[in-house]
Amino acid sequence: MKIFNYRLVIFILSIIFGIVFSVPSFLQTESGKKISLGLDLQGGLHMLLGVNTQDAVVSKMKSIATSIKYFTDDEDVLIEDLTIRNGKVLFTVLDKDELPKIDKMLTKIPGLNIVKTDLEYILNLSAAEEVKTKDQAVSQAVETIRNRLDQFGLAEPNVVRQGETDIVVQLPGIKTLEEEKAARELISKPANLELMAVDEERADQVYTLSPGSASEYGDIILEDSRDPNIKYLVKEIPILNGSQVIDAQVSFDQANQPIINFTLNTSGARIFGDFTAKSVGKRLAVVLDGKVYSAPNIRERIGGGSGQISGGFSVIEAGSVAIALRSGALPASVDLLEKRSVGPSLGADSIKASTIALVSGFLVVFIFMIVYYRHAGIIANVALITNIFIIISVMAMFGATLTLPGMAGIVLTVGMAVDANVIIGERIRELLKQGVSIPKAIEDGYANAMSAILDANITTLLVAVILYAYGTGPIKGFAVTISIGILASMLTAILGTHGIYEALMPKITKDKNLRKWFGIK
Amino acid sequence: MEIFKSGKTYNFMGKRIPFLGFSSILVIISLVLLFSKGVNFGIDFAGGTIVQVKYEQKAPIEKIRDVLNNTKYKGSSITEFGSPEEVVIRITGTSSNLATDIGDEMHKILDATGNFEVRRVDMVGPKVGGELRTQGLMALGLSMLMILIYVSFRFEWRFAIASILSLAHDVTIALGAISLFNIEVNLDILAAILTILGYSLNDTIIVFDRIREGIQTSKEEGLDRLVNDSVSKTLSRTTLTSLTTFFVVITLFLFGGEIIHGFAFTMLVGIIVGTYSSIFIAASLLAQLKFSMANFRAKEALKLKRQKEKDKLRAMYEQGTV
Repeated sequence: MKIFNYRLVIFILSIIFGIVFSVPSFLQTESGKKISLGLDLQGGLHMLLGVNTQDAVVSKMKSIATSIKYFTDDEDVLIEDLTIRNGKVLFTVLDKDELPKIDKMLTKIPGLNIVKTDLEYILNLSAAEEVKTKDQAVSQAVETIRNRLDQFGLAEPNVVRQGETDIVVQLPGIKTLEEEKAARELISKPANLELMAVDEERADQVYTLSPGSASEYGDIILEDSRDPNIKYLVKEIPILNGSQVIDAQVSFDQANQPIINFTLNTSGARIFGDFTAKSVGKRLAVVLDGKVYSAPNIRERIGGGSGQISGGFSVIEAGSVAIALRSGALPASVDLLEKRSVGPSLGADSIKASTIALVSGFLVVFIFMIVYYRHAGIIANVALITNIFIIISVMAMFGATLTLPGMAGIVLTVGMAVDANVIIGERIRELLKQGVSIPKAIEDGYANAMSAILDANITTLLVAVILYAYGTGPIKGFAVTISIGILASMLTAILGTHGIYEALMPKITKDKNLRKWFGIK
Repeated sequence: MEIFKSGKTYNFMGKRIPFLGFSSILVIISLVLLFSKGVNFGIDFAGGTIVQVKYEQKAPIEKIRDVLNNTKYKGSSITEFGSPEEVVIRITGTSSNLATDIGDEMHKILDATGNFEVRRVDMVGPKVGGELRTQGLMALGLSMLMILIYVSFRFEWRFAIASILSLAHDVTIALGAISLFNIEVNLDILAAILTILGYSLNDTIIVFDRIREGIQTSKEEGLDRLVNDSVSKTLSRTTLTSLTTFFVVITLFLFGGEIIHGFAFTMLVGIIVGTYSSIFIAASLLAQLKFSMANFRAKEALKLKRQKEKDKLRAMYEQGTV
């Protein structure tokens, strides 16, 4: 008689662990850690977005140009030809005595390479600053997209950065094509608000000027948001941009048309006030994503730092523009690199089909084991069921998601977990046939089978680890379930069944019925 | 219940040349298929878009084709998917524009073909497809390498070479079947192939483990007899495990739905080929590699001697004589 059956104790503890921690997943309770279903099973949208980080560098140069313009206007330093060409900011100072002032101002902008010839300045970003800008652009894009989706009111949006320039967006809550489209549009909206001065001197040439010659005057030609035939000639360097917007709300004008009221931060309000005071009688273009929404005449200085965008939005459109303005502009445009959208009905079908496969697969294995091994088969099946519970519990504890390949992984693990018991069972039978006593046959059977089981499981585990390292999304899920399953099977199929045999040993030795216990004559 | 008569030794080694010949033919046919016909890469690796549409009635495939031929999606392949109501449209192009994508356009184009629901739109851009392909090959190569190292460490290099060769045999034939039956190769097929690798290796290692045990515990001099004995002794285990796994995979194949079909098919082929190679090929290869039992025994004896010396020293140390 064994003094203490530690194997059985560990096995019982693992059964309790398996059952307790898998309850939330089975019942899908509110509290407790549970397995969530992957997008392929519950339906939803998965996207991989690539951030065009070069855009961020360009817009950084633009904002540097804007601050130079504001500084020189404010300090009455005369400069000319302030333009951006090939990612470089160029300008010429008219008065030599002003150079120290400019130099002092430029030292406040970090990461600039300054090339100065006489009165002409050429500025570009240092390599380190460029890398930093690109990196920040991606993290900022993640933040912005997350904010927008949060405000859009979808359940559990998941936005994470992947690698250097990519972003994974997962939206399990998407149910219809319309919702998906709206979400995609919201994400893709640059929401780049710019307040720009209309070039009143050359306003009459707007329809004759080529973009090239406009650029020589430091101007660009923009289209009207409603009618692309209406064009505006505006100063290329904006007075203000959306980064200074702190709030944006939808409201309605007298004609009951939706408009967006925006509020600027203090520095933005000051710049806006100064500019409008100086430009009474001229027009101010409200530009969103490169289109002019309105270009009202400035009648007086506008203080308080608020303004509005009107321009024939639909109510929904106005809502998403307001969300996008509030959550900040995308620092760079994003491309869709990969998209997988699964309708909820397809997800439900997949769940149904794989559950049928899962249950019928298990049943076949269970029945087969009992027919072949009799009581030993029942013992193996107990281990197998425990194994399934442990897989689910561990996955739930890690907050893993169950995908279709993950389900396949569970099915395959069942096949593998049963293997350990088959190896052990065959060894025990072999020894029993040689006439070895039952307790010794069981002890030696386990001992003999061990090296084969370990070698086989370790190699499979190696493959699973590689799958995890090099797989993406669903394949990772598959690798995770297999790995957990292999480790759990060592616990249940080796330790657990051995413990059961030890506990039943007095009964088996008394009974001596090899056919009943091990399925042999 | 028993499948094989216990205690009976089958003469596998005596027939090893016919089996090796048969396997060689299968491998050659597979290679020819792979190089002439190639495999049908799905969007995961080739890039592209697929749109899965379910109609309320039988899907009007001809009508869909007519409608599509008037658009830039001319020449897209349209195939039934699982049931007559459901079709999959495969488009070679992708659209990187987030705001308007192929799924939306497809919905508009198909509007006139009946009442339907777009159930799935998968788009993989060319950059991602390329990355997935490299990662897949890396995974396959690295797995083989790890197995080689591990088996060399636990057994001997000839065991490692023999197991890698029989794995290559299994994977090649499985790929041949994929090519022959025009299975679309996506990430799930890669996972299936790597699983086959693991499975077949399991079987092979269990046979090798028996051979190793036989060398260590018996006085048997003939390798052929020892291999026959080891393979015969593990025969019921090999077939049993394969059978249970086979049952599970066949239920996946029959009831798992269209999406998991390719995966289950690959697994089915892999399990059959893997079981066959573990029984008939792996150990034969070991003999072909001129594995010498005498050398192995000598090495093992040396290892044992070193261990004993170590233990002796330790015992002396513990008793305080050193």
